[in-house]
Amino acid sequence: MASLIFFYFAGVIIVTATLVVALRNPVFSALSLLVMFFHVAGLYVTLHAEFLAAIQIIVYAGAILVLYLFVVMLLNVKREDQYHRQGPVAVFLGLTLLAEVALVALSGEVPVAPLGPQGPLAAGSAVGNTESIGEVLYTTYLFPFEVASLILLVAMVGAVILSKKGILGSKSS
Amino acid sequence: MTVPITHYMILSGLVFLIGVVGVLIRRNIIIILLSIELMLNATNINFVAFSSYLGNVAGQVFVFFALTVAAAEVAVGLAIIIALYRHHSSINVDDFQLLKW
Repeated sequence: MASLIFFYFAGVIIVTATLVVALRNPVFSALSLLVMFFHVAGLYVTLHAEFLAAIQIIVYAGAILVLYLFVVMLLNVKREDQYHRQGPVAVFLGLTLLAEVALVALSGEVPVAPLGPQGPLAAGSAVGNTESIGEVLYTTYLFPFEVASLILLVAMVGAVILSKKGILGSKSS
Repeated sequence: MTVPITHYMILSGLVFLIGVVGVLIRRNIIIILLSIELMLNATNINFVAFSSYLGNVAGQVFVFFALTVAAAEVAVGLAIIIALYRHHSSINVDDFQLLKW
């Protein structure tokens, strides 16, 4: 049963990811990416990462994808006629990555040993997923968390400066 | 938990592969950014799978950070696209050759 659910999610993820790359219309690409995000969230639920599943839907599907669709509508792009002429490079890189995937698939079971009793996800823990993530995030990874907030601040300022007319280079342009 | 972790690695590798090919063969710069999102999601799947199998929640924290970086990348990338479109009236990467040697 678990593997049936996994194969459903994996199949839909692969198909919609291919559609993102293959479809000509950017709006359809963004919408199939939306379907893929929902199925990745479902995969997270089966892996007992419920908090990340919620975050995936709220942030990725709710915020990031709406931003993409907004820009696609704003720019009013026409359909794209043809693919890029980098086919040989794409085939080479694709074959290399595919060989790596095949290597993983043929090597059989990866010996994954649990790290021991310190994992909050270990069986029998009464702590919820969100609670354990918060505990680790605000103790062990407190400094990276602050750096992440700085990255968001820089991105916000950068986006405003880049897209606003006349702040930079009103004389140069 | 009957699904072996190899399955998750293969799935993540395939999604990453699709993202790489998408970056290389598409000309629309918005689709290229969407392909980068695909690659970030592939790494996230790997992170969550290993976090679940190793019983360590740190992997999920790293997905959190990857998501932050993805949001920042989207904000700045789309702002760049809008600025480019204002100057060139195009979002085809073949039209932007200012930094090409």
